[in-house]
Amino acid sequence: MVKPTRVTNDIRSLRFRASEMTQAELAKRLGVTRQTVIAIEQGRYSPSLEMAFQIARVFGVPLDAVFQYPDATSDQQGAAS
Amino acid sequence: MSYEEKGTWLYLVVAIAGYSFYLSWVLPEVLAGTPVADVDYVAPMLWAIGGAIVVTIIGRILVEIVFPSESTKGDVRDREIDRLGTRVGSSFIVIGALGALVLSMLEADWFWIANVIYLCFVLAALLESITRLVAYRKGVPTW
Repeated sequence: MVKPTRVTNDIRSLRFRASEMTQAELAKRLGVTRQTVIAIEQGRYSPSLEMAFQIARVFGVPLDAVFQYPDATSDQQGAAS
Repeated sequence: MSYEEKGTWLYLVVAIAGYSFYLSWVLPEVLAGTPVADVDYVAPMLWAIGGAIVVTIIGRILVEIVFPSESTKGDVRDREIDRLGTRVGSSFIVIGALGALVLSMLEADWFWIANVIYLCFVLAALLESITRLVAYRKGVPTW
């Protein structure tokens, strides 16, 4: 099974911290469908770098406050387990 | 479910229904022992292809009436999924063309040439739509 992406994100918690912004509202601000926001939140779709920056800008936070990528150490631990 | 995903489901259903309709018309004649050169496959094939186009258009309208989408515009993810499906499905278009080429060289009956091409069109549509649906449901691979 191909894993869509190893990138994780905190969009859901960021939405709630941003006055409980709805997925529809975020989608509208990004110019995508609500289904795409859901797919990004659930890790089923890895957005382009440009969209990633747009998402970070909507919440007014740096990119790595929205998206995280496992480092080499956790990669090796994951492979060993 | 997004507008584009609903369209993909419809495409899959129509592809299966159209080919089933065609087979239900032609297969009994073939199984009855009629020589393939005498089997009237042209009219059913044209009806199946033409009908599939019309049913897809009408179906798209009906689906939107019954289950209206939030937006009828696709986005970047829809386009990525569309490209992925097309890339995977196009393999069967090539196989169909090669099959038809070989059959022509072997001077096979036109019935077989037309049917190999049509079958590969249908298989391409199935593979394309299934790939898209898996991408919509399970995620877009990032290789």
